[in-house]
Amino acid sequence: MLLLIAWRNIWRNKMRSLLVIISVALGLWAGTFIMAYAFGIIDQRLEDAIENEVSHLQMHHPEFKKDKDPRYYIPQGESLLQRTLNDERTQAASARVLASGMVASAISSTGGQFLGISPEAEQSVTGLQDKIIEGSYLDEEERNRIVIGQKLANKLKVKIRSKIVLTFQDTSGHLVAGAFRIAGIYKTPNTTYDETHLFVKSQDLRALLGLQDEFHEVAIMLKDPDKLEEFQGALQQQYQDIQIESWKELAPELRYMIESLDQYIIIFLVIILLALSFGIVNTMLMAVLERVREIGMLMAIGMNKTKLFGMVSLETIFLVMIATPVGLVLAYTTNQLLGQYGLDLSGLYQEGYAALGFNPIIYPHLDNIYYVRIMIMVAVAALLASVYPAITAIRLNPVTAIRKI
Amino acid sequence: MNQQKEVIITKNLTKVYAHHVVPVKAVSEVNLSIKKGEFTALVGPSGSGKTTLLNLIGGLDYPSEGKVYINGTDISAIKKNRLIDFRLNNIGFVFQAFNLIPVLTAKENIEFVMLLQKKSRRERDQRVIELLKEVGLEDRMNSRPSELSGGQQQRVAVARALASKPKFVLADEPTANLDSKSTENLLDMMARLNKYEHMTFIFSTHDQRVIDRARRVVRLVDGQIESDITTEQSTQWV
Repeated sequence: MLLLIAWRNIWRNKMRSLLVIISVALGLWAGTFIMAYAFGIIDQRLEDAIENEVSHLQMHHPEFKKDKDPRYYIPQGESLLQRTLNDERTQAASARVLASGMVASAISSTGGQFLGISPEAEQSVTGLQDKIIEGSYLDEEERNRIVIGQKLANKLKVKIRSKIVLTFQDTSGHLVAGAFRIAGIYKTPNTTYDETHLFVKSQDLRALLGLQDEFHEVAIMLKDPDKLEEFQGALQQQYQDIQIESWKELAPELRYMIESLDQYIIIFLVIILLALSFGIVNTMLMAVLERVREIGMLMAIGMNKTKLFGMVSLETIFLVMIATPVGLVLAYTTNQLLGQYGLDLSGLYQEGYAALGFNPIIYPHLDNIYYVRIMIMVAVAALLASVYPAITAIRLNPVTAIRKI
Repeated sequence: MNQQKEVIITKNLTKVYAHHVVPVKAVSEVNLSIKKGEFTALVGPSGSGKTTLLNLIGGLDYPSEGKVYINGTDISAIKKNRLIDFRLNNIGFVFQAFNLIPVLTAKENIEFVMLLQKKSRRERDQRVIELLKEVGLEDRMNSRPSELSGGQQQRVAVARALASKPKFVLADEPTANLDSKSTENLLDMMARLNKYEHMTFIFSTHDQRVIDRARRVVRLVDGQIESDITTEQSTQWV
């Protein structure tokens, strides 16, 4: 009977109950969607960073990363690359020769990171060829060709077949310069990366650096990213004089972002639930204070405090029980649809997103466990929100309440 | 003449409302005893203490001084929470208005107190039908209070008050919102219940029609009993 009374009570003022249900449902929908959006954007950034920039693992000479001195190359690089490629856990690997220096066109100049690559191997790791938006990829036959990012091309005011000059220090510490003709212009979601990374064939860069067949870096993509730590450990064991780092060390900002996202999400959700709870408390308090005489009568005829508390709490719980599935189904549907088709914000914030390395097309997604967590948090919030109105009801003095009759 | 046991006894019952600027003595040293089967009206001008006395007898309020005995139990010594259960099992209430739970039907309203008493479904169903017949509302059992007239609502309230099989029924101005015909019907019904179920009724009222039907009239003035007139043997069934 308590369930029946509580259920019917919430429909006494349909408009008010519907408003509460709608506000809770919309709050949950918005909160859940924003969570999925945040996960979508972070996961996408991570995916882009791994695919385009840092790969799963990188190998360097232990001294190389300090000041990127080209003298610190990986000895016996070729055999190391072959052994890595032969490991069944490796999906692809690309050996790179690296140099940092100035890049100059006829009009402008800027700093840059020069990557000497094997075009085929690099394609298997970063898919660089697929990101070419103008011109062509590096050709095995042609010498001194270069692929640069769109942002840099705009900055240097160069186009396909323009000549640019790279100046950097060789392994002996002398400044060397080489002229390269632009073969292609690429574009990734990260404009900062595009502005600073230039790709040439490894033999062209080696010739300028004074290297034979050595590498500075081996970038590795794994078949199963879940085995990252295991493979990293195994490689480190095998090559103790080489520094092997995963994307977590190479891009610590991404790791921190992912690690802190869970906490941010919970704080965010708590804020939403707090706001919703205050709305619920307000409504239920109104509902209780409107029924003072009725509650007085119920106490007079023998409804004890426990049952009265239960009745008012049930009313709150019912409201939330209706709103929660509505909000979560809405959110789930939205997240599934946008997760499939993407939320294209390129018209609004493309430049801002790209400058931060984020793709302007967001694919929100949320693991099912989060829907369960949200349901539990909402249930707790509903229970807490029901306490104050219920206490107000049981604190009523039947005589005072009935006097109003 | 029937010698009946006293259901209610008050001894030097006093209630002072101390939260006013000047403490107000709403009920002052009232000594009253009511026997089973009485049909008693508490009358008096506004502020004379009728409702306060009913509240004290009904265990809705605690006396400042004195005692209230219901069937020999001193209810002024019972703690608040236990007093609710005591009321549930011993006292029936009929109020002036807002008497019923608006979201329940007539049948459910009557059944409600029995559910609080944890009576079995069979017992509940049987008693509800019996009471609805008694108050002449079998055909309206599935109507909600808003679909019933004021008189019908009060009849349901009386049925609900009786559902728990109380020792007595307290009715605070039960006819105040009713027209003459509804008042007559309600009084007829209560008189019938008094006669056939030997139910004890105590009313507070201003209504001369109720006073005319009462067999004992206790008049209160300034919280004290001014007169206590028994029109005929008060426990003799009408």
